[in-house]
Amino acid sequence: MARAISPRRKWTITVIAWLLGLAIFFPILWTVLTSFKTEGEAIASPPSLVAFDWTLANYFEVQARSNYFKYVGNSIVIAVGSTLLGLLIAIPAAWAMAFSPTKRTKDVLMWMLSTKMLPPVGVLVPIYLIFRDTGLLDSRIGLIGVLTMINLPIIVWMLYTYFREIPGEILEAARMDGASLAKEIVYVLTPMALPGIASTMLLNIILAWNEAFWTLNLTASSAAPLTAFIAAYSSPEGLFWAKLSAASTLAIAPILIMGWFSQRQLIRGLTFGAVK
Amino acid sequence: MATLHTQSTARLMMAPAVVLLLLWMLVPLGMTVWFSFLRYNLLMPGMEEWSGFDNYYYFLTDPAFGTALVNTLLLVGGVLLISVGGGVALALLLDQPFFGQGIVRLLVIAPFFVMPTVSALVWKNMFMNPVYGLFAWVAKFFGLQPIDWLAEVPLFSIVLIVAWQWLPFATLILLTALQSLDEEQKEAAEMDGAGPVSRFIYIVLPHLSRAITVVILIETIFLLSVFAEILVTTNGGPGLESTNLTYLVYAQALLQFDVGAASAGGIVAVILANIVAIFLMRIIGKNLDA
Repeated sequence: MARAISPRRKWTITVIAWLLGLAIFFPILWTVLTSFKTEGEAIASPPSLVAFDWTLANYFEVQARSNYFKYVGNSIVIAVGSTLLGLLIAIPAAWAMAFSPTKRTKDVLMWMLSTKMLPPVGVLVPIYLIFRDTGLLDSRIGLIGVLTMINLPIIVWMLYTYFREIPGEILEAARMDGASLAKEIVYVLTPMALPGIASTMLLNIILAWNEAFWTLNLTASSAAPLTAFIAAYSSPEGLFWAKLSAASTLAIAPILIMGWFSQRQLIRGLTFGAVK
Repeated sequence: MATLHTQSTARLMMAPAVVLLLLWMLVPLGMTVWFSFLRYNLLMPGMEEWSGFDNYYYFLTDPAFGTALVNTLLLVGGVLLISVGGGVALALLLDQPFFGQGIVRLLVIAPFFVMPTVSALVWKNMFMNPVYGLFAWVAKFFGLQPIDWLAEVPLFSIVLIVAWQWLPFATLILLTALQSLDEEQKEAAEMDGAGPVSRFIYIVLPHLSRAITVVILIETIFLLSVFAEILVTTNGGPGLESTNLTYLVYAQALLQFDVGAASAGGIVAVILANIVAIFLMRIIGKNLDA
Protein backbone atom coordinates (compact mmCIF):
# COMPACT_ATOMS: atom_id res chain seq x y z
CA MET A 1 0.00 0.00 0.00
CA ALA A 2 1.22 3.44 -0.85
CA ARG A 3 1.28 5.74 2.10
CA ALA A 4 -1.33 8.43 2.19
CA ILE A 5 0.13 11.85 1.64
CA SER A 6 -1.52 15.19 1.95
CA PRO A 7 -2.88 16.69 -1.27
CA ARG A 8 -0.93 19.81 -0.57
CA ARG A 9 2.33 17.92 -0.49
CA LYS A 10 1.40 16.09 -3.67
CA TRP A 11 0.71 19.35 -5.48
CA THR A 12 4.00 20.85 -4.28
CA ILE A 13 5.93 17.87 -5.56
CA THR A 14 3.97 17.98 -8.82
CA VAL A 15 4.96 21.60 -9.42
CA ILE A 16 8.64 21.08 -8.56
CA ALA A 17 8.93 17.88 -10.60
CA TRP A 18 7.28 19.44 -13.66
CA LEU A 19 9.49 22.53 -13.48
CA LEU A 20 12.63 20.43 -13.23
CA GLY A 21 11.47 18.07 -15.97
CA LEU A 22 10.71 20.95 -18.30
CA ALA A 23 14.05 22.60 -17.50
CA ILE A 24 15.93 19.43 -18.40
CA PHE A 25 13.87 18.97 -21.55
CA PHE A 26 14.07 22.64 -22.53
CA PRO A 27 17.12 22.47 -24.85
CA ILE A 28 15.30 19.86 -26.95
CA LEU A 29 12.08 21.87 -26.96
CA TRP A 30 14.01 25.00 -27.87
CA THR A 31 15.69 23.21 -30.78
CA VAL A 32 12.33 22.05 -32.12
CA LEU A 33 10.84 25.54 -31.77
CA THR A 34 13.84 27.20 -33.41
CA SER A 35 13.54 24.87 -36.37
CA PHE A 36 10.22 26.57 -37.22
CA LYS A 37 11.62 30.10 -37.07
CA THR A 38 13.29 32.17 -39.74
CA GLU A 39 17.03 32.72 -39.34
CA GLY A 40 16.31 36.27 -38.22
CA GLU A 41 13.87 35.19 -35.54
CA ALA A 42 16.22 32.46 -34.39
CA ILE A 43 18.72 35.04 -33.15
CA ALA A 44 16.18 37.71 -32.19
CA SER A 45 16.48 39.39 -28.82
CA PRO A 46 14.34 39.06 -26.81
CA PRO A 47 13.75 35.51 -28.01
CA SER A 48 10.15 34.47 -28.53
CA LEU A 49 8.88 31.14 -27.32
CA VAL A 50 5.91 30.58 -29.62
CA ALA A 51 4.86 34.01 -30.88
CA PHE A 52 6.68 33.99 -34.20
CA ASP A 53 5.74 33.23 -37.79
CA TRP A 54 5.91 29.48 -37.95
CA THR A 55 7.57 28.23 -41.11
CA LEU A 56 8.61 24.90 -42.58
CA ALA A 57 11.12 26.53 -44.91
CA ASN A 58 14.16 25.34 -42.95
CA TYR A 59 13.26 21.73 -43.44
CA PHE A 60 12.94 22.16 -47.20
CA GLU A 61 16.11 24.17 -47.40
CA VAL A 62 18.19 21.68 -45.43
CA GLN A 63 17.17 19.01 -47.90
CA ALA A 64 17.64 21.20 -50.98
CA ARG A 65 21.03 22.54 -49.93
CA SER A 66 22.76 19.48 -48.58
CA ASN A 67 20.84 16.45 -49.74
CA TYR A 68 19.84 15.70 -46.18
CA PHE A 69 18.18 12.39 -46.97
CA LYS A 70 21.48 10.91 -48.12
CA TYR A 71 22.71 11.26 -44.52
CA VAL A 72 19.47 9.96 -43.09
CA GLY A 73 19.84 6.97 -45.40
CA ASN A 74 23.42 6.39 -44.24
CA SER A 75 22.36 6.56 -40.61
CA ILE A 76 19.59 4.04 -41.17
CA VAL A 77 21.76 1.64 -43.18
CA ILE A 78 24.61 1.81 -40.67
CA ALA A 79 22.50 1.57 -37.50
CA VAL A 80 20.16 -1.15 -38.75
CA GLY A 81 22.88 -3.00 -40.64
CA SER A 82 25.27 -3.20 -37.71
CA THR A 83 22.45 -4.22 -35.38
CA LEU A 84 21.21 -7.04 -37.62
CA LEU A 85 24.73 -8.29 -38.26
CA GLY A 86 25.39 -8.16 -34.52
CA LEU A 87 22.23 -10.14 -33.76
CA LEU A 88 23.15 -12.74 -36.34
CA ILE A 89 26.49 -13.34 -34.63
CA ALA A 90 25.24 -12.92 -31.06
CA ILE A 91 22.05 -15.01 -31.00
CA PRO A 92 23.78 -18.39 -31.39
CA ALA A 93 26.48 -17.40 -28.92
CA ALA A 94 24.03 -16.17 -26.29
CA TRP A 95 21.83 -19.22 -26.84
CA ALA A 96 24.77 -21.56 -26.25
CA MET A 97 25.84 -19.69 -23.13
CA ALA A 98 22.36 -19.60 -21.66
CA PHE A 99 21.36 -23.22 -22.31
CA SER A 100 24.62 -25.18 -22.41
CA PRO A 101 26.70 -23.31 -19.87
CA THR A 102 30.11 -24.68 -19.00
CA LYS A 103 32.54 -23.75 -16.30
CA ARG A 104 34.05 -21.20 -18.60
CA THR A 105 30.85 -19.48 -19.74
CA LYS A 106 31.16 -16.82 -17.11
CA ASP A 107 34.76 -16.13 -18.04
CA VAL A 108 33.82 -15.79 -21.70
CA LEU A 109 31.05 -13.34 -20.83
CA MET A 110 33.33 -11.28 -18.64
CA TRP A 111 36.01 -11.27 -21.30
CA MET A 112 33.51 -10.05 -23.90
CA LEU A 113 32.51 -7.28 -21.54
CA SER A 114 36.15 -6.32 -21.10
CA THR A 115 36.49 -5.66 -24.84
CA LYS A 116 33.78 -3.03 -24.44
CA MET A 117 35.95 -1.27 -21.88
CA LEU A 118 38.69 -0.74 -24.42
CA PRO A 119 38.78 2.99 -25.17
CA PRO A 120 38.29 3.52 -28.90
CA VAL A 121 41.27 5.83 -29.02
CA GLY A 122 43.48 2.84 -28.17
CA VAL A 123 42.77 1.32 -31.56
CA LEU A 124 42.07 4.47 -33.59
CA VAL A 125 45.41 4.54 -35.40
CA PRO A 126 45.50 0.94 -36.65
CA ILE A 127 41.82 0.90 -37.62
CA TYR A 128 42.28 4.16 -39.51
CA LEU A 129 45.35 2.82 -41.34
CA ILE A 130 43.72 -0.54 -42.12
CA PHE A 131 40.67 1.28 -43.47
CA ARG A 132 42.84 3.63 -45.54
CA ASP A 133 44.82 0.78 -47.06
CA THR A 134 41.79 -1.37 -47.86
CA GLY A 135 39.60 1.41 -49.22
CA LEU A 136 37.12 1.10 -46.36
CA LEU A 137 37.48 4.73 -45.28
CA ASP A 138 34.23 6.59 -45.82
CA SER A 139 32.37 3.39 -46.70
CA ARG A 140 29.15 2.19 -45.13
CA ILE A 141 30.39 -1.41 -45.08
CA GLY A 142 33.43 -0.44 -43.04
CA LEU A 143 31.38 1.48 -40.52
CA ILE A 144 28.84 -1.32 -40.21
CA GLY A 145 31.72 -3.66 -39.41
CA VAL A 146 33.22 -1.39 -36.75
CA LEU A 147 29.90 -0.63 -35.05
CA THR A 148 28.99 -4.32 -35.05
CA MET A 149 32.16 -5.11 -33.15
CA ILE A 150 31.73 -2.14 -30.80
CA ASN A 151 28.23 -3.21 -29.77
CA LEU A 152 28.59 -6.99 -30.01
CA PRO A 153 29.42 -7.40 -26.29
CA ILE A 154 26.27 -5.48 -25.30
CA ILE A 155 24.13 -7.52 -27.69
CA VAL A 156 25.49 -10.84 -26.40
CA TRP A 157 25.01 -9.75 -22.79
CA MET A 158 21.50 -8.50 -23.22
CA LEU A 159 20.41 -11.58 -25.14
CA TYR A 160 22.06 -13.78 -22.52
CA THR A 161 20.13 -12.16 -19.68
CA TYR A 162 16.87 -12.57 -21.62
CA PHE A 163 17.56 -16.14 -22.73
CA ARG A 164 18.42 -17.17 -19.19
CA GLU A 165 14.88 -16.36 -18.14
CA ILE A 166 13.44 -18.92 -20.56
CA PRO A 167 12.79 -22.16 -18.67
CA GLY A 168 15.09 -24.90 -19.89
CA GLU A 169 12.44 -27.60 -19.39
CA ILE A 170 10.58 -26.42 -22.45
CA LEU A 171 13.64 -27.08 -24.56
CA GLU A 172 14.07 -30.51 -23.02
CA ALA A 173 10.48 -31.32 -23.86
CA ALA A 174 11.00 -30.28 -27.45
CA ARG A 175 14.14 -32.37 -27.57
CA MET A 176 12.25 -35.40 -26.25
CA ASP A 177 9.71 -34.93 -28.99
CA GLY A 178 12.58 -35.34 -31.41
CA ALA A 179 13.09 -31.75 -32.46
CA SER A 180 16.48 -31.16 -34.04
CA LEU A 181 18.66 -28.34 -32.85
CA ALA A 182 17.69 -26.15 -35.79
CA LYS A 183 13.99 -26.80 -35.20
CA GLU A 184 14.44 -26.18 -31.52
CA ILE A 185 15.81 -22.74 -32.24
CA VAL A 186 13.36 -21.78 -34.96
CA TYR A 187 10.11 -23.11 -33.48
CA VAL A 188 10.63 -23.12 -29.72
CA LEU A 189 13.28 -20.70 -28.69
CA THR A 190 12.82 -17.87 -31.15
CA PRO A 191 9.13 -17.22 -30.43
CA MET A 192 9.84 -17.16 -26.71
CA ALA A 193 12.93 -15.05 -27.12
CA LEU A 194 11.43 -12.63 -29.60
CA PRO A 195 10.57 -9.88 -27.09
CA GLY A 196 14.12 -9.98 -25.75
CA ILE A 197 15.57 -9.92 -29.24
CA ALA A 198 13.35 -6.99 -30.18
CA SER A 199 14.42 -5.00 -27.11
CA THR A 200 18.05 -5.73 -27.80
CA MET A 201 17.58 -4.59 -31.37
CA LEU A 202 15.92 -1.36 -30.29
CA LEU A 203 18.63 -0.42 -27.81
CA ASN A 204 21.33 -1.22 -30.32
CA ILE A 205 19.85 0.86 -33.06
CA ILE A 206 19.77 3.77 -30.62
CA LEU A 207 23.40 3.26 -29.63
CA ALA A 208 24.59 2.87 -33.22
CA TRP A 209 22.54 5.86 -34.42
CA ASN A 210 24.18 8.14 -31.83
CA GLU A 211 27.71 6.72 -32.02
CA ALA A 212 29.99 9.68 -32.57
CA PHE A 213 33.60 8.59 -32.35
CA TRP A 214 34.03 6.18 -35.24
CA THR A 215 31.41 7.82 -37.43
CA LEU A 216 33.27 11.13 -37.16
CA ASN A 217 36.73 9.68 -37.67
CA LEU A 218 36.08 7.16 -40.42
CA THR A 219 33.76 9.06 -42.75
CA ALA A 220 34.16 12.15 -44.91
CA SER A 221 31.08 12.57 -47.03
CA SER A 222 29.73 9.65 -49.03
CA ALA A 223 29.14 7.34 -46.04
CA ALA A 224 28.65 10.08 -43.43
CA PRO A 225 25.67 9.50 -41.14
CA LEU A 226 23.73 12.23 -39.35
CA THR A 227 26.24 12.55 -36.50
CA ALA A 228 28.90 13.61 -38.99
CA PHE A 229 26.51 15.73 -41.05
CA ILE A 230 25.45 17.72 -37.99
CA ALA A 231 29.09 18.09 -36.94
CA ALA A 232 29.69 20.00 -40.18
CA TYR A 233 27.52 22.77 -38.71
CA SER A 234 30.29 23.53 -36.22
CA SER A 235 31.99 25.52 -38.99
CA PRO A 236 30.71 28.98 -40.07
CA GLU A 237 27.59 27.17 -41.29
CA GLY A 238 26.71 26.96 -37.60
CA LEU A 239 25.44 30.52 -37.75
CA PHE A 240 22.32 29.23 -39.46
CA TRP A 241 20.61 28.20 -36.26
CA ALA A 242 17.20 27.60 -37.70
CA LYS A 243 18.59 25.20 -40.28
CA LEU A 244 20.82 23.54 -37.71
CA SER A 245 17.71 23.10 -35.56
CA ALA A 246 15.69 21.62 -38.40
CA ALA A 247 18.45 19.14 -39.22
CA SER A 248 18.84 18.31 -35.52
CA THR A 249 15.14 17.84 -34.92
CA LEU A 250 14.88 15.32 -37.73
CA ALA A 251 18.04 13.58 -36.53
CA ILE A 252 16.88 13.08 -32.94
CA ALA A 253 13.09 12.70 -33.22
CA PRO A 254 12.90 9.05 -34.35
CA ILE A 255 15.52 7.90 -31.88
CA LEU A 256 13.96 9.86 -29.01
CA ILE A 257 10.64 8.15 -29.60
CA MET A 258 12.31 4.74 -29.78
CA GLY A 259 14.22 5.56 -26.62
CA TRP A 260 11.06 6.45 -24.74
CA PHE A 261 9.67 3.04 -25.57
CA SER A 262 12.76 1.18 -24.43
CA GLN A 263 13.57 2.67 -21.02
CA ARG A 264 13.64 -0.69 -19.26
CA GLN A 265 15.83 -2.32 -21.87
CA LEU A 266 18.16 0.63 -21.67
CA ILE A 267 18.84 -0.07 -18.01
CA ARG A 268 19.32 -3.73 -18.62
CA GLY A 269 21.60 -3.28 -21.61
CA LEU A 270 23.77 -0.51 -20.30
CA THR A 271 24.35 -1.92 -16.84
CA PHE A 272 24.97 -5.45 -18.13
CA GLY A 273 22.29 -6.77 -15.82
CA ALA A 274 23.87 -5.24 -12.72
CA VAL A 275 20.76 -3.14 -12.03
CA LYS A 276 17.31 -4.47 -12.77
CA MET B 1 22.28 -32.66 -18.59
CA ALA B 2 24.24 -31.38 -21.49
CA THR B 3 25.76 -34.15 -23.54
CA LEU B 4 29.11 -34.17 -25.26
CA HIS B 5 27.30 -33.57 -28.51
CA THR B 6 25.50 -30.44 -27.36
CA GLN B 7 28.74 -29.26 -25.78
CA SER B 8 30.54 -29.21 -29.09
CA THR B 9 27.53 -27.65 -30.80
CA ALA B 10 27.53 -24.96 -28.16
CA ARG B 11 31.17 -24.26 -28.85
CA LEU B 12 30.47 -24.01 -32.54
CA MET B 13 27.68 -21.52 -31.90
CA MET B 14 29.89 -19.35 -29.76
CA ALA B 15 32.80 -19.50 -32.17
CA PRO B 16 31.89 -16.62 -34.53
CA ALA B 17 31.30 -14.14 -31.70
CA VAL B 18 34.39 -15.20 -29.78
CA VAL B 19 36.71 -15.33 -32.78
CA LEU B 20 35.55 -11.98 -34.16
CA LEU B 21 35.88 -10.23 -30.82
CA LEU B 22 39.25 -11.79 -30.27
CA LEU B 23 40.45 -10.55 -33.66
CA TRP B 24 38.88 -7.14 -33.06
CA MET B 25 40.70 -6.82 -29.80
CA LEU B 26 44.06 -8.43 -30.52
CA VAL B 27 44.89 -7.28 -34.04
CA PRO B 28 44.41 -3.51 -33.68
CA LEU B 29 45.64 -3.44 -30.11
CA GLY B 30 48.71 -5.43 -31.12
CA MET B 31 49.31 -2.99 -33.95
CA THR B 32 48.96 -0.04 -31.58
CA VAL B 33 51.54 -1.57 -29.26
CA TRP B 34 53.85 -2.23 -32.21
CA PHE B 35 53.47 1.31 -33.62
CA SER B 36 54.09 2.77 -30.20
CA PHE B 37 57.66 1.50 -30.39
CA LEU B 38 58.30 2.91 -33.86
CA ARG B 39 59.32 6.28 -35.15
CA TYR B 40 56.42 6.50 -37.58
CA ASN B 41 54.95 9.61 -39.17
CA LEU B 42 52.40 9.44 -41.97
CA LEU B 43 54.06 12.41 -43.65
CA MET B 44 57.30 10.46 -43.96
CA PRO B 45 56.27 7.07 -45.32
CA GLY B 46 58.92 4.38 -45.52
CA MET B 47 61.01 5.97 -42.78
CA GLU B 48 59.69 3.81 -39.95
CA GLU B 49 62.34 2.62 -37.54
CA TRP B 50 62.50 1.04 -34.09
CA SER B 51 62.68 3.65 -31.38
CA GLY B 52 62.23 1.77 -28.13
CA PHE B 53 60.40 3.75 -25.50
CA ASP B 54 61.07 7.12 -27.19
CA ASN B 55 57.39 7.67 -28.01
CA TYR B 56 56.32 6.99 -24.45
CA TYR B 57 59.02 9.30 -23.17
CA TYR B 58 57.97 11.97 -25.65
CA PHE B 59 54.25 11.59 -24.94
CA LEU B 60 54.49 11.38 -21.16
CA THR B 61 56.93 14.28 -20.78
CA ASP B 62 55.06 16.52 -23.22
CA PRO B 63 53.37 19.22 -21.09
CA ALA B 64 50.26 18.61 -23.19
CA PHE B 65 49.93 15.17 -21.61
CA GLY B 66 49.81 16.58 -18.09
CA THR B 67 47.24 19.17 -19.13
CA ALA B 68 45.14 16.60 -20.95
CA LEU B 69 45.30 14.19 -18.02
CA VAL B 70 44.16 16.89 -15.58
CA ASN B 71 41.40 17.96 -17.99
CA THR B 72 40.27 14.36 -18.37
CA LEU B 73 40.03 13.94 -14.61
CA LEU B 74 38.21 17.28 -14.20
CA LEU B 75 35.80 16.39 -16.98
CA VAL B 76 35.03 12.93 -15.60
CA GLY B 77 34.87 14.18 -12.01
CA GLY B 78 32.73 17.21 -12.82
CA VAL B 79 30.21 15.26 -14.85
CA LEU B 80 30.04 12.52 -12.21
CA LEU B 81 29.45 15.06 -9.48
CA ILE B 82 26.57 16.72 -11.33
CA SER B 83 24.98 13.60 -12.79
CA VAL B 84 25.21 11.38 -9.72
CA GLY B 85 24.39 14.13 -7.21
CA GLY B 86 21.57 15.45 -9.36
CA GLY B 87 20.52 11.92 -10.25
CA VAL B 88 20.03 10.91 -6.61
CA ALA B 89 18.03 14.08 -5.91
CA LEU B 90 15.90 13.69 -9.03
CA ALA B 91 15.30 9.99 -8.42
CA LEU B 92 14.14 10.69 -4.86
CA LEU B 93 11.79 13.37 -6.16
CA LEU B 94 10.38 11.32 -9.03
CA ASP B 95 9.82 8.38 -6.69
CA GLN B 96 7.20 10.42 -4.79
CA PRO B 97 3.62 10.24 -5.97
CA PHE B 98 2.62 13.26 -8.09
CA PHE B 99 0.49 14.10 -11.10
CA GLY B 100 1.95 13.29 -14.50
CA GLN B 101 4.74 11.07 -13.17
CA GLY B 102 5.10 9.16 -16.43
CA ILE B 103 5.37 12.28 -18.57
CA VAL B 104 7.92 13.98 -16.32
CA ARG B 105 9.95 10.81 -16.41
CA LEU B 106 9.96 10.91 -20.22
CA LEU B 107 11.03 14.56 -20.18
CA VAL B 108 13.89 13.84 -17.79
CA ILE B 109 15.38 10.92 -19.70
CA ALA B 110 15.08 12.57 -23.13
CA PRO B 111 18.57 14.16 -23.30
CA PHE B 112 20.20 10.73 -23.17
CA PHE B 113 18.85 9.95 -26.64
CA VAL B 114 20.17 13.10 -28.29
CA MET B 115 23.22 12.42 -30.41
CA PRO B 116 26.40 14.03 -29.00
CA THR B 117 27.02 16.29 -31.98
CA VAL B 118 23.49 17.70 -31.80
CA SER B 119 23.54 18.40 -28.07
CA ALA B 120 26.99 19.96 -28.26
CA LEU B 121 26.04 22.27 -31.13
CA VAL B 122 22.67 23.23 -29.66
CA TRP B 123 24.33 24.22 -26.40
CA LYS B 124 27.25 25.91 -28.12
CA ASN B 125 25.12 28.06 -30.40
CA MET B 126 21.70 28.58 -28.95
CA PHE B 127 22.64 28.75 -25.29
CA MET B 128 26.33 29.64 -24.89
CA ASN B 129 26.83 32.03 -27.78
CA PRO B 130 28.06 35.29 -26.18
CA VAL B 131 25.89 37.52 -28.39
CA TYR B 132 22.75 35.68 -29.46
CA GLY B 133 22.66 32.81 -26.97
CA LEU B 134 19.90 32.42 -24.39
CA PHE B 135 22.37 32.62 -21.50
CA ALA B 136 23.63 35.95 -22.86
CA TRP B 137 20.06 37.20 -23.10
CA VAL B 138 19.34 36.13 -19.51
CA ALA B 139 22.53 37.82 -18.32
CA LYS B 140 21.62 41.06 -20.11
CA PHE B 141 18.09 40.83 -18.76
CA PHE B 142 19.52 40.98 -15.26
CA GLY B 143 21.95 43.70 -16.24
CA LEU B 144 25.00 41.46 -16.18
CA GLN B 145 27.83 41.20 -18.68
CA PRO B 146 27.31 38.04 -20.82
CA ILE B 147 30.29 35.72 -20.83
CA ASP B 148 31.72 33.84 -23.78
CA TRP B 149 31.28 30.40 -22.26
CA LEU B 150 33.36 28.30 -24.61
CA ALA B 151 36.22 30.81 -24.78
CA GLU B 152 36.37 31.83 -21.12
CA VAL B 153 35.41 28.62 -19.30
CA PRO B 154 35.70 25.97 -22.05
CA LEU B 155 36.16 22.93 -19.85
CA PHE B 156 33.35 23.91 -17.50
CA SER B 157 31.06 24.48 -20.48
CA ILE B 158 31.84 21.02 -21.83
CA VAL B 159 31.23 19.54 -18.38
CA LEU B 160 27.77 21.16 -18.42
CA ILE B 161 26.94 19.82 -21.87
CA VAL B 162 28.11 16.30 -21.10
CA ALA B 163 26.45 16.32 -17.67
CA TRP B 164 23.15 17.24 -19.34
CA GLN B 165 23.50 14.11 -21.46
CA TRP B 166 24.36 11.80 -18.56
CA LEU B 167 22.07 13.09 -15.82
CA PRO B 168 19.12 11.18 -17.34
CA PHE B 169 21.08 7.93 -17.33
CA ALA B 170 21.97 8.27 -13.65
CA THR B 171 18.43 9.31 -12.76
CA LEU B 172 16.83 6.43 -14.63
CA ILE B 173 19.05 3.79 -13.05
CA LEU B 174 18.82 5.22 -9.54
CA LEU B 175 15.05 5.56 -9.86
CA THR B 176 14.81 1.92 -10.90
CA ALA B 177 16.93 0.90 -7.93
CA LEU B 178 14.84 3.08 -5.62
CA GLN B 179 11.61 1.48 -6.77
CA SER B 180 12.91 -1.93 -5.75
CA LEU B 181 13.29 -0.71 -2.17
CA ASP B 182 10.93 -2.47 0.17
CA GLU B 183 8.16 -0.05 1.10
CA GLU B 184 7.54 -1.87 4.38
CA GLN B 185 11.08 -1.30 5.50
CA LYS B 186 10.64 2.43 5.08
CA GLU B 187 7.32 2.34 6.92
CA ALA B 188 8.79 0.33 9.76
CA ALA B 189 11.57 2.88 10.14
CA GLU B 190 9.04 5.67 10.06
CA MET B 191 6.99 4.05 12.81
CA ASP B 192 10.11 3.63 14.88
CA GLY B 193 10.37 7.39 14.73
CA ALA B 194 13.13 7.79 12.13
CA GLY B 195 12.97 11.20 10.47
CA PRO B 196 13.34 11.71 6.72
CA VAL B 197 17.05 12.47 7.03
CA SER B 198 17.97 9.41 9.05
CA ARG B 199 15.71 7.27 6.88
CA PHE B 200 17.66 8.53 3.87
CA ILE B 201 21.07 7.94 5.44
CA TYR B 202 20.39 4.56 7.05
CA ILE B 203 17.94 2.94 4.64
CA VAL B 204 17.79 4.59 1.22
CA LEU B 205 21.47 5.39 0.73
CA PRO B 206 22.77 1.89 1.61
CA HIS B 207 20.13 0.45 -0.70
CA LEU B 208 21.27 2.76 -3.50
CA SER B 209 24.99 2.30 -2.93
CA ARG B 210 25.30 -0.53 -5.41
CA ALA B 211 23.39 1.29 -8.14
CA ILE B 212 25.45 4.42 -7.49
CA THR B 213 28.65 2.43 -7.84
CA VAL B 214 27.47 0.94 -11.11
CA VAL B 215 26.48 4.36 -12.45
CA ILE B 216 29.84 5.85 -11.48
CA LEU B 217 31.83 3.08 -13.08
CA ILE B 218 29.82 2.87 -16.31
CA GLU B 219 29.78 6.63 -16.75
CA THR B 220 33.52 6.77 -16.11
CA ILE B 221 34.18 4.28 -18.90
CA PHE B 222 32.22 6.43 -21.35
CA LEU B 223 33.40 9.78 -20.00
CA LEU B 224 37.07 8.88 -20.38
CA SER B 225 36.35 8.76 -24.11
CA VAL B 226 34.38 12.00 -24.57
CA PHE B 227 35.26 13.18 -28.04
CA ALA B 228 32.51 14.55 -30.28
CA GLU B 229 31.45 17.22 -27.78
CA ILE B 230 34.98 18.63 -27.78
CA LEU B 231 35.49 18.32 -31.52
CA VAL B 232 32.43 20.37 -32.48
CA THR B 233 32.63 23.01 -29.73
CA THR B 234 36.20 24.01 -28.91
CA ASN B 235 38.52 21.73 -30.88
CA GLY B 236 40.30 21.24 -27.59
CA GLY B 237 41.04 24.94 -27.19
CA PRO B 238 41.63 27.69 -26.55
CA GLY B 239 45.19 26.37 -26.42
CA LEU B 240 44.86 23.06 -24.64
CA GLU B 241 42.28 24.22 -22.12
CA SER B 242 39.63 21.70 -23.12
CA THR B 243 41.81 18.92 -24.54
CA ASN B 244 41.27 15.56 -22.89
CA LEU B 245 43.35 12.44 -23.40
CA THR B 246 41.12 11.09 -26.15
CA TYR B 247 41.25 14.36 -28.05
CA LEU B 248 45.01 14.64 -27.59
CA VAL B 249 45.60 11.22 -29.12
CA TYR B 250 43.21 12.06 -31.97
CA ALA B 251 45.08 15.31 -32.64
CA GLN B 252 48.42 13.54 -32.48
CA ALA B 253 47.30 10.90 -34.98
CA LEU B 254 44.99 12.56 -37.48
CA LEU B 255 46.10 16.19 -37.29
CA GLN B 256 49.85 15.78 -36.77
CA PHE B 257 50.10 12.35 -38.37
CA ASP B 258 52.49 11.16 -35.65
CA VAL B 259 51.45 7.52 -35.52
CA GLY B 260 54.16 6.53 -33.05
CA ALA B 261 53.33 9.11 -30.38
CA ALA B 262 49.59 8.71 -30.90
CA SER B 263 49.92 4.95 -30.39
CA ALA B 264 51.86 5.44 -27.19
CA GLY B 265 49.11 7.82 -26.05
CA GLY B 266 46.47 5.27 -27.01
CA ILE B 267 48.16 2.63 -24.86
CA VAL B 268 48.27 5.05 -21.93
CA ALA B 269 44.52 5.65 -22.37
CA VAL B 270 43.90 1.89 -22.46
CA ILE B 271 45.80 1.40 -19.21
CA LEU B 272 43.83 4.18 -17.50
CA ALA B 273 40.51 2.76 -18.67
CA ASN B 274 41.53 -0.71 -17.53
CA ILE B 275 42.05 0.48 -13.99
CA VAL B 276 38.41 1.57 -13.88
CA ALA B 277 37.25 -1.49 -15.77
CA ILE B 278 38.71 -3.90 -13.24
CA PHE B 279 36.46 -2.51 -10.51
CA LEU B 280 33.39 -2.57 -12.74
CA MET B 281 34.03 -6.15 -13.82
CA ARG B 282 34.26 -7.27 -10.19
CA ILE B 283 30.84 -5.87 -9.39
CA ILE B 284 29.21 -7.32 -12.46
CA GLY B 285 30.96 -10.64 -11.95
CA LYS B 286 29.55 -10.88 -8.43
CA ASN B 287 26.09 -10.21 -9.77
CA LEU B 288 26.47 -13.03 -12.28
CA ASP B 289 26.97 -15.55 -9.47
CA ALA B 290 23.90 -14.42 -7.61
